[in-house]
Amino acid sequence: MATAIDTATKPAETIGDRCQPAVAVVNLHKAFGQHKVLNGINLEVAPGATMAVLGRSGTGKSVLLRLIIGLAQPDSGSIAIQGLDISSLSTDQLNGVRKRMGFLFQHAALYDSLTAAENVGFPLEHHRREMSRSERNDRVHGLLMEVGVEDSADSMPSELSGGMQKRVGLARALALDPEILLLDEPTAGLDPISSREIDTLILKLQSEHHMASIVVTHDLFSAKTISNRLALLDQGNVVIEGTFEDLRNSDLQFVQEFLQQP
Amino acid sequence: MAVAGTATEALPEKGRETAGLALVDSALRLIRTFFEWFGNLGMFSWQVLRAGVTPPYEWREALRQVDEVGAKSFPLVALAGAAVGVVTSLEARQTLVRFGAQSMFPSSLVYSVIEVMGPIITGLVVSGRVGAGIGAELASMKVTEQIDALEASAVNPYRLLAATRILACILMLPLLTIVTDAFALATGWFAQAMVEPLSFHQFIEAGFHGATFNAFLPPTFKTLVYGLIIGLIACFQGMRCSGGAEGVGRAATNSVVLGSLFLILADVVLVKLILVVFP
Repeated sequence: MATAIDTATKPAETIGDRCQPAVAVVNLHKAFGQHKVLNGINLEVAPGATMAVLGRSGTGKSVLLRLIIGLAQPDSGSIAIQGLDISSLSTDQLNGVRKRMGFLFQHAALYDSLTAAENVGFPLEHHRREMSRSERNDRVHGLLMEVGVEDSADSMPSELSGGMQKRVGLARALALDPEILLLDEPTAGLDPISSREIDTLILKLQSEHHMASIVVTHDLFSAKTISNRLALLDQGNVVIEGTFEDLRNSDLQFVQEFLQQP
Repeated sequence: MAVAGTATEALPEKGRETAGLALVDSALRLIRTFFEWFGNLGMFSWQVLRAGVTPPYEWREALRQVDEVGAKSFPLVALAGAAVGVVTSLEARQTLVRFGAQSMFPSSLVYSVIEVMGPIITGLVVSGRVGAGIGAELASMKVTEQIDALEASAVNPYRLLAATRILACILMLPLLTIVTDAFALATGWFAQAMVEPLSFHQFIEAGFHGATFNAFLPPTFKTLVYGLIIGLIACFQGMRCSGGAEGVGRAATNSVVLGSLFLILADVVLVKLILVVFP
């Protein structure tokens, strides 16, 4: 599935095949010391589709996202982004692939020395140098409006609530018009109303931007709302993968226990 | 009875043996940690160098850091220089009077400030202010995933965060040393002039009489190395931080302690080197 295409001579932004699965994870293993976190995971996300990755705490869901964006290296197995095995890429080429991906961190990870607007403008300033200042400001303003925090453009991250930080983080993740969006616990730590607002926002963004998404979450309701398919992880493996109906009809005890969470 | 006696004697012997093995084990672990630390520092330095010399260059961030390291350290090094000038003047005068060599006062003050006190005092003051600041800032960014967010945005953190800060430290240290020297000489002269009349013109003329560039440039420019040490150690400690608030505190402390320690050790080598190259 992952192809060793001629990447050496191509510009980093152009490599990869957009007809291939957006993300394909094959037999992925990752351990930290003696502790095995991922134990041969296989996943595939089609272009434009949304996959929710569920599981108990410590089952390696966030590690999976970090591996996909290249923040950590797998022990074995492969990760292909639009058909391109990222383990074979140089740093520049990997950065080219990263520019096509957006990442929302669990705690938003906003740059605390920059305002909300500067946070959103940061990827544009570094990767869209051809944009004029006014074009960049317009784009930032548009993104902040899209996520509903345009009134907080000049606020520092410490002045924003958890939900607003997530919205700004989401706007930053969307700044480069990504084809793949990775969301790490987008509703974690938020009250139920804010969580549903974030879900609605993600759904709206998916329909407008037509991105493939992987959403790591504990929130079953959120997973059901925003994703086409779900994968349930346990002990480093995918226990089951399918639609919410597939999970509900499963005879596996772990799946039923997980679905019965309050 | 005899058998029981042998058994009791054997027990402490075994205990001593175990304690000895544990001691050897912890010594080996300490040595391994020591070499690992230097190995990691070497790899970190290589990554920073590689990122720093290849485009795109982060000029704006570098300028911001020049302001942060240089302009914002100015009052502190000026104050430190002024204090050093007064103290050195009072001490030197007392010693020179004892040996009847008061006429040597200006040159004694000029040489001791510019060759010895100015560079090392500047280095230690900047290590305290800037080293701790960089260490804590980067460590905080690391534990809150801001450095990961940079990488995820396809921005090289070694280029944006480390190379700019290290460059600013390297460039600013000699300039800050000149500030320390100037304030130390001014207050040193002032302290002397309060005791016995001496014009500033006379003081400077006598102090720099017969001086060559070789006497003053190498001690000032050796602080380029101090800047490298302060910036490199602080960035290294900050960017490898782990363990939440405690880790941030540890990174800030280590940045200052290790930065100052390596700075003093480097001074030993640099002084010898300068004496050999510029006799």
